[in-house]
Amino acid sequence: MERPRIRWHILVFLAPAVLVYTAVMIFPLFNTLRLALYSKIDQERVFVGLENFQRLFLDPIWSDQFWNALGNNFWFFVIHMLVQNPIGIALAAILSHPRLRFAALYRSAIFIPTILSFVIVGFAWKLILSPIWGIAPAMLDAVGLKSLYAPWLGREEYALTTLSLVSVWQFVGIPMMLIYAALLSIPDEILEAGEIDGITGMSAFWKIKLPLILPSLGIIASLTFVGNFNAFDLIYAAQGALAGPDFSTDILGTFMYRTFFGFQLQLGDPHMGSAIASAMFAIILIGVCIYLFGIQTRMRRYQL
Amino acid sequence: MTRKVLALALATTALTAGGGFAQDVTLTIESWRNDDLALWQEKIIPAFEAEHPDIKVVFSPSAPTEYNAALNSKLDAGSAGDLITCRPFDASLALYEAGHLVDLSDMEAMDNFSDVAKSAWQTDDGSATFCVPMASVIHGFIYNKDAFAELGLEVPETEEEFFAVLDAIKEDGTYIPMAMGTNDQWEAATMGYNNIGPNYWKGEEGRQALIAGEQKLTDEPWVAPYATLAKWADYLGDGYEAQTYPDSQNLFTLGRAAIYPAGSWEISGFNTQADFEMGAFKPPVMNAGDTCYISDHTDIGIGMNAATPNPEAAKTFLAWVASPEFASIFGNALPGFFPLSNEPVELEDPLAKEFVSWREECESTIRSTYQILSRGTPNLENETWGASVAAIKGTSSPEELGAKLQEGLASWYEPQQ
Repeated sequence: MERPRIRWHILVFLAPAVLVYTAVMIFPLFNTLRLALYSKIDQERVFVGLENFQRLFLDPIWSDQFWNALGNNFWFFVIHMLVQNPIGIALAAILSHPRLRFAALYRSAIFIPTILSFVIVGFAWKLILSPIWGIAPAMLDAVGLKSLYAPWLGREEYALTTLSLVSVWQFVGIPMMLIYAALLSIPDEILEAGEIDGITGMSAFWKIKLPLILPSLGIIASLTFVGNFNAFDLIYAAQGALAGPDFSTDILGTFMYRTFFGFQLQLGDPHMGSAIASAMFAIILIGVCIYLFGIQTRMRRYQL
Repeated sequence: MTRKVLALALATTALTAGGGFAQDVTLTIESWRNDDLALWQEKIIPAFEAEHPDIKVVFSPSAPTEYNAALNSKLDAGSAGDLITCRPFDASLALYEAGHLVDLSDMEAMDNFSDVAKSAWQTDDGSATFCVPMASVIHGFIYNKDAFAELGLEVPETEEEFFAVLDAIKEDGTYIPMAMGTNDQWEAATMGYNNIGPNYWKGEEGRQALIAGEQKLTDEPWVAPYATLAKWADYLGDGYEAQTYPDSQNLFTLGRAAIYPAGSWEISGFNTQADFEMGAFKPPVMNAGDTCYISDHTDIGIGMNAATPNPEAAKTFLAWVASPEFASIFGNALPGFFPLSNEPVELEDPLAKEFVSWREECESTIRSTYQILSRGTPNLENETWGASVAAIKGTSSPEELGAKLQEGLASWYEPQQ
């Protein structure tokens, strides 16, 4: 009998990706989880078990900051779910309209902010909203609504929402593109069959297209969740590591950064930083699991 | 044949390597002052190399915000330069304790510096000094002389006069009375609280008492500056809540604001930006004739990497940094960074001269939160930023802020418990 041949080419082709991914992702991830179980006492790294987590969740000095950051992170996520994704779907629905002119132009224009660097976006919006040089006060003034203007980024009650909306502006192109692709894949026959049954216009969208793109919506929701709970860059670029005013824009990413690398006179503490990073990892893992097992498996799929 | 060539090649390399060793040593300086690169390359290093032709110096700065993290990784990896520019207090103390910096106490040139100057780079008991003090920065207020002349205003001496001047500018309406924002938070603490504060807590006296646990942050001298800061809000421009540090700098240098709560490090930048005449006044005192206190904050030092292969050359360089010659080059090339050596340096810049003249009239102190008190969690310096902002915005009362800071400090600092 002929022995099954070892298919070397599979190994060879997999090796580069596996090696690189292990070196730059898997190893650091597990090392971070490991580091969270240690602490530095008198220049020595000692194993302390779950003590760092105990401090993080139970010591008010740490837990207040942690829950504040987590709460802010949820608000950041909620705004994205309520604003970014519906707008993304609406834009995709409009773009996929067959009689829309210049669709390609709009599509690129809306997608371009996504490829901009966070630093550029943060800085540009800071300038736009600046009470001194910004165009926001002048534009509102031009339409007689100057009284609505406030230094949004500097007020505790508005800063996080403002930054969430800036982030929505930047990333609305991603759900738009994904939904757009899903909408294009719906065969015309189905829509035509619906038309014969009298379903046209808006009701065609609600009754035919939306159910067919639901799986894509689920993917977008989980991408948004992962992206938002890993967010850091925009807040850091716009408000700095202290996530001002008064920590009102502090999210898990900035809290982790500040703890891990230190800030101004605060010395970095890699062990507590790793504990926060591990908590972030756990939160994201749980969130994604809830989606995968709780929602995705129950979602009804249609064969197109 | 091949073997012969190889041997020859080896011999030559050995020769050149040996020759190189006897001749030149290259010292690399780690620093966060990338703004000063040209100054080092054009003035300081040539002056040193002229005296010590056998030592070459390379100034290799990184970005200020990345410096601490980058330096720590380099030191751990053994790839850091021979000389390390030292941040004041705990960041450098941690490096010394980890064995990365060398004890320099026995260096003769250390006698050129006062104890306050050295305090930023000493162990808590003062037994070891590990960096040579280079420069300090002084806090005060820079004002637009043209604006003051136009409005017929005099430089304020007391707090009452200070607010009278602000009222007059506000009433006139041509200028924003004071350029400061709270967006970046640190200005409120550094240029606000630690600028005017020393007059309340009597400089070193209050600062030492706080470290010793004899005073608390809830005591009058530590709370009162917050009450004064709360009054500032009316005189800052519209939307100061979202005004950033560069915004404030630009507002002042464009001539739109009359007064700028400052640190002396602004001088060289302002000199090139502003086209009006500038003056400076020190933080106002309570009553005319009171002793004045200024924040004369030790900011930069330089030390030696314990792992350097060239300790002798590095020490030669450090001794030169401690000399009056270096102080004079540095002080004049960077007006606003004042050399710390005991021997007075003749400065040319009028604004810098004004700032440094306060050292004669007033008692010097350093920022209250920097020594020892920002070692734990929560970090007192960072907390003070938030508190100063809250005071200005009026989101918390001065007493609440004092209580909150005291609680945070007492949670980890034994003398305050």
